Amino acid sequence: MATTAEHFQGHAEEHHHEHKPAFFARWFMSTNHKDIGTMYLIFAIIAGIIGGAFSGMMRIELAQPGIQYLDIFAKWFGAVNPDFNSTLHVWNVLITAHGLIMVFFMVMPAIIGGFGNWFVPIMIGAPDMAFPRMNNISFWLTVAGFCSLMISAFVPGGTGLGAGTGWTVYAPLSTTGSPGPAVDFGIFALHLAGAGSIMGAINFITTIFNMRAPGMTMHKMPLFVWSVLVTAFLLLLSLPVLAAAITMLLTDRNFGTTFFDPSGGGDPVLYQHLFWFFGHPEVYIMILPGFGIISQIISTFSKKPVFGYLGMAYAMVAIGVVGFIVWAHHMYATGLSVNTKMYFTAATMVIAVPTGIKIFSWIATMWGGSLEFKSPMVWAIGFIFLFTVGGVTGVVLANGGVDDVLHDTYYVVAHFHYVLSLGAVTALFAGFYYWFPKMSGKMHSEFLAHLHFWVFFVGVNMIFFPMHFLGLQGMPRRYPDYAEAYAYWNHFATVGYMIMAASLGIWFVNIIYAFAAGRKAEDNYWGEGATTLEWTLTSPPPYHQFETLPVIGETAHH
Amino acid sequence: MKFGKNASAVSQSVKAAGLSLASVLAVAAMPAIAQDAAASAVETAAAGSYTPMKPTEGVGMPVPEGLGLQTQYSKLGEYGAWIHNDVLLPIITVITLLVLVLLIVVMVRYNRRANPVPSKTSHNTLIEVIWTLVPVLILIGIAVPSIDLIAKQYKPAPKGSLTIKVTGNQWFWTYGYPDNGDFEVVSNMLNVPGQPTINNGVREVGSEPWDGPSHLEVDNRMVVPVGEPIRLQITASDVIHSFAVPSLWFKLDAVPGRINEKVMMIDKPGVYYGQCSELCGAKHGYMPIAIEALPRDKYDAWVLTHAGGTIDNPKASGTETDYLPGEEPAGAAPAADASAAPAAAAAE
Repeated sequence: MATTAEHFQGHAEEHHHEHKPAFFARWFMSTNHKDIGTMYLIFAIIAGIIGGAFSGMMRIELAQPGIQYLDIFAKWFGAVNPDFNSTLHVWNVLITAHGLIMVFFMVMPAIIGGFGNWFVPIMIGAPDMAFPRMNNISFWLTVAGFCSLMISAFVPGGTGLGAGTGWTVYAPLSTTGSPGPAVDFGIFALHLAGAGSIMGAINFITTIFNMRAPGMTMHKMPLFVWSVLVTAFLLLLSLPVLAAAITMLLTDRNFGTTFFDPSGGGDPVLYQHLFWFFGHPEVYIMILPGFGIISQIISTFSKKPVFGYLGMAYAMVAIGVVGFIVWAHHMYATGLSVNTKMYFTAATMVIAVPTGIKIFSWIATMWGGSLEFKSPMVWAIGFIFLFTVGGVTGVVLANGGVDDVLHDTYYVVAHFHYVLSLGAVTALFAGFYYWFPKMSGKMHSEFLAHLHFWVFFVGVNMIFFPMHFLGLQGMPRRYPDYAEAYAYWNHFATVGYMIMAASLGIWFVNIIYAFAAGRKAEDNYWGEGATTLEWTLTSPPPYHQFETLPVIGETAHH
Repeated sequence: MKFGKNASAVSQSVKAAGLSLASVLAVAAMPAIAQDAAASAVETAAAGSYTPMKPTEGVGMPVPEGLGLQTQYSKLGEYGAWIHNDVLLPIITVITLLVLVLLIVVMVRYNRRANPVPSKTSHNTLIEVIWTLVPVLILIGIAVPSIDLIAKQYKPAPKGSLTIKVTGNQWFWTYGYPDNGDFEVVSNMLNVPGQPTINNGVREVGSEPWDGPSHLEVDNRMVVPVGEPIRLQITASDVIHSFAVPSLWFKLDAVPGRINEKVMMIDKPGVYYGQCSELCGAKHGYMPIAIEALPRDKYDAWVLTHAGGTIDNPKASGTETDYLPGEEPAGAAPAADASAAPAAAAAE
């Protein structure tokens, strides 16, 4: 398709179209999908630094048994002479904020808002998103939600300042258990971010269904576009359920309703069902676009089309569909009935099948290829391995009977960080190195990008692999303090955190290098394997691309 | 099969002396008088006060630098640990290594130098069918024991089993003994040296010779009889907590407004530690669980140290015997013997 589209995109004729608005109008009233995508990425990096700093605070506290630093952190948040309860409350604020920030304000904005906005319109040959103004609202609602979450850390939330409910906000800890405005601000943050995401989802679905270039049939779309389409449907169908659940929390807290209060006929477990009906699709929302990014990269650097394209696309659809009917595997310990537990065990294991198809298809794409180990490819291969590790522990946790010993232990923490922190985030970095020169017009340093990968790989494995051991030994999640027996691997993980943090330093240096001294990026700097439409454009692409729509030929592959 | 593992439990019950056996018999014969007799008999057997058991290092608690599951002390736990250690762990290790090996092979054989001209193959129906069906078969293989484990976990306690009511509170546990005169045990974590007092600040861990690990030991343990099925009814008074003991394969949420029920049966006398496993506020990390499993006679003696404590009738707790994997509940044995063969027991 590269060759088919090439002649529609002469560079010279683009230049006179670049009527960029002035600074304020361009960045604060933006309707340009690339500018909004850039803002999403910058926002995600800022939120990621804050969320990552919170995890650093947690890891340093966990470096040894006992409470060493939480009272200092309590003072940072504005507590005056914190007592022991408000000191410990800071821990719960940290875990809550870390989870919410990383899920709603780092991974989602980066992978859907950032890369999705940037490359979905380009990959389908569209000039922009279907609803450019709504796109802008989506972004600023996300920012507003983040501000609300930040405010919540400085207002009373029960035993101390901030919302200390965990990212799951379970009732009744989040209702009667947390007086004060902090949890209300937290709920409001989710409402705002959720509304932003729903609008974003509507935008992507409309764009992908209606704005594909001539010849770009559904079955010719790049897999990244497929992944964003499936993700958008998951968002559209699951977020309203979250909105309903947290609205009920809000009225339970403030207006005397008793949806989740047994003394008024409500049920705390109902909240968990509603939350996880959203929450499980949410984890696929975070990883599916990552799958899409990895597919593009593996194909590019193998110089081969993706193996089993239709299987790959419909595996994602299957993951999305099945993802809606497995939610109660997060609730095995709540006292489900025996049949419910058996059903959710069986249904959850089914997800391993489409996920396995994806893993094997990536390997088959590489098989017979001519592999070039450029930085995005190294990150992508790392992703396949790390995601496999996270995936197989998911099969263990799927078993309701085995979950009786692993539920809410560090084994679960290890599992979901392998699929998210090591999976989704690795995919994000892979995508970053893949597309950064395209977005910025400047080449990063391949050496630093490789170094970043290896240091990151060692660091994150040191943090999260020992957590399997801690979990099997029974260490519960969300504990600031622990028995002496857990000290060794916790200390080990904290050392791993420092290595991981150093790798992020390399990343920042690489970004600075690229802008300060990076050479100019060519149109298609990855060469013959890169065949999707963004490689037919300049780097960075013109402010408005495809004013003449590209035509995708009959024989063009995806 | 029951001659192996049950033998020890049975012998302990036998060691519990003719006294308790006799009392059971007496109850069957002449309830009113027997009650007194039994009580007084065991009171004499107790001969003094209860002393908490000293936990064994590494039993019922995490071990330093541990890599795997805690050693299990219940039949269901052994079954679950078998599924994890001998079914799931080998399968996931092999799958992970397979992916790793394939990645390495691909990187070695198909890098740009080794294979300058890429193939254009993008379909192979046979292999796609294989990598869809083989995982399905593996998953079915996992599902069989896994579903069986769930079924066994839900087998209700036999009629007449001892009931203990567990209540989660911010941030301590209370244990009610409705079958033993309905007294209640309040269980707080012991203070950690150098840290602010926990809850009521009873005393520091390590100040008594029987204290277990810090962060896990409590002032008043939940004492239970060993080798018999116990019906735990779990609830909470404020927010959701979770009653979890890793070495007994036990975890069930304590949800305000509902009672969750599950059977616990411990194979061996000992102290088994667990921790609250559902975020419940500031001191979530400071409300551990310590279960002390004692032989029946010592359990009865412990019961009598409480004001209003009465000996429960172990009744016919063995009438429904096969609810655990292929084993009869060990605790049922003496009672069943007693009711089935009064002559033999009387001869003693």
